[in-house]
Amino acid sequence: MSEFIQPNLLPALPEIVMLAMICLVLVVDLFLPQEKRGFTLLLSVATLVLTIIAIVAVAPSDSISSFGGSFVLDQMAVVLKIATCGLSILVFIYSRDYLIDHDIYKGEYYVLGLCATLGMMIMISGHSFLLIYLGLELLSLSLYAMIAFNRNSAIASEAAMKYFVLGAMASGLLLYGISIFYGITGTLNIEQLAGVVPQTMKENPVALSFALTFIVVGISFKLGAVPFHMWVPDIYQGAPTSVTLFIGTVPKIAGFAMAIRLLVDGLSDLQAEWSQMLIVLAVASLAIGNIIAIAQTNFKRLLAYSTISHIGFILLGILPGTDTGFAAAMFYTIVYAITSSVAFGVLLLLNRKGFEAENINDLSGLNESNPWIAALLAIAMLSMAGVPPTVGFYAKLSVLQAVIQVDMVWLAVIAVLFTVIGLFYYLRVIKVMYFDKPEPDQLPTIKQSLDVKILLSANGLSLIGLGIFPSALMGYCILAFS
Amino acid sequence: MSIELSHYLILAAILFSISIAGIVINRKNIIILLMSIEVMLLSVNLNFIAFSHYLNDLAGQVFVFFILTVAAAEAAIGLAILVVLFRNKGSISVEDITELRG
Repeated sequence: MSEFIQPNLLPALPEIVMLAMICLVLVVDLFLPQEKRGFTLLLSVATLVLTIIAIVAVAPSDSISSFGGSFVLDQMAVVLKIATCGLSILVFIYSRDYLIDHDIYKGEYYVLGLCATLGMMIMISGHSFLLIYLGLELLSLSLYAMIAFNRNSAIASEAAMKYFVLGAMASGLLLYGISIFYGITGTLNIEQLAGVVPQTMKENPVALSFALTFIVVGISFKLGAVPFHMWVPDIYQGAPTSVTLFIGTVPKIAGFAMAIRLLVDGLSDLQAEWSQMLIVLAVASLAIGNIIAIAQTNFKRLLAYSTISHIGFILLGILPGTDTGFAAAMFYTIVYAITSSVAFGVLLLLNRKGFEAENINDLSGLNESNPWIAALLAIAMLSMAGVPPTVGFYAKLSVLQAVIQVDMVWLAVIAVLFTVIGLFYYLRVIKVMYFDKPEPDQLPTIKQSLDVKILLSANGLSLIGLGIFPSALMGYCILAFS
Repeated sequence: MSIELSHYLILAAILFSISIAGIVINRKNIIILLMSIEVMLLSVNLNFIAFSHYLNDLAGQVFVFFILTVAAAEAAIGLAILVVLFRNKGSISVEDITELRG
């Protein structure tokens, strides 16, 4: 009987704080009447703020691990966790008016959102297959429920069902890969795995590649890379817009962290193999995402295909296997999440009672009625397209630099070509906003919630601010991989 | 004839393939999809237990307990979504969930 060793709980303080607060929110919400639901929102935002404070308080200068090496807190985890919590705050506040209008302003929305955030934080810090899997499931199960949150909507329940089936299948594929890895290396710990892989490569290379394929498929399913992208447009369109805002922003950060933990921390010796797979996935994502987006008339679907193309770029940053590449991909992921929170935030503002804004034509005349909001959306679109001085330009540039550094110029050329194609549909959105005349009685109207407007403005302007001073964020990303 | 590790792995691989085929080919009933997902997770469990016994290492069996727990939660949420879907559409046929496409 081996002795039980008390693990060091301190590195997990943010997660513990968050879990305790989730229980508190759940109970407090139970005793609140509907008209005081705002207090639940306040408490949820307070939870996230407290968590950020806890993250900063325990942030180590070096990497520390706990719980038998299955939990790790390093620079990357700190930066990504702060980004996750910060963006969740934005999501919660942006979605308030939408939830009220659609009669789904319930406390459970925030509890599920917080659970998903907790799952993402566990994924970011997970350093064993078990922990990463559990974090992933906590995230996915919360998201399934959030998508079906508007239970009177047929389209939302259909989207939830599709996401559930495909998400569960992706988890199954990932698990199968993990089980093979466990069988041939005898460990579930990522750090020990990295130590055993070189020896196993000599003895059992075929089984390793077999298991690696399942892991890569699982990761690309969760990220939404082609050819495992079928769910992305359907779920973006079907889910309530406030949930689309959540799915479209924060989980990308967790997906990136999962890819880094599994492929880079654990299997960096197999880089030659997984970079081949990622090249195919990245090129296919860039092609399918950018080309099919041109044909979309639904704004949420358009953003879904644009997400797919951005995932292609993130994979481009990971596949060279260099530290600059990882830093560039991390920068790209965070920037993409911030940018799409602006785009979906504007779309949320256009919704009102009994009217679901989701077509590109719903944006026509936005400049006449609300020039400032139109300008914010234009900034977001330009940033996604990669036009200077927005931050999207710098993000794309740094990824391309990393690709060129390892002499894959042809890959960079392909990426640039598809980015140029992508420019078309981003500019079309801007054209509709500024030059198309709406039907006289259908001028877009926007509710005047001051706090949402201020946050959205700050969020939008940060795209230009980061574009001019990218080192503010890039410095942390480089530090995380040095 | 003794039962070796490879027999378990082959059985698990067959079950896994059946479940994938069940998800991809099935055109009739969503409940069959849920059953396929369950079979998929159980085939992975079989893999883990076989390896765990073969390696004489307990970690694999611990993983199985967690997968079982998650599978239970997943089934609960899946069936809940199914009930919502049936209320809205009056059908649980795979062919009827085609409103989202393009």
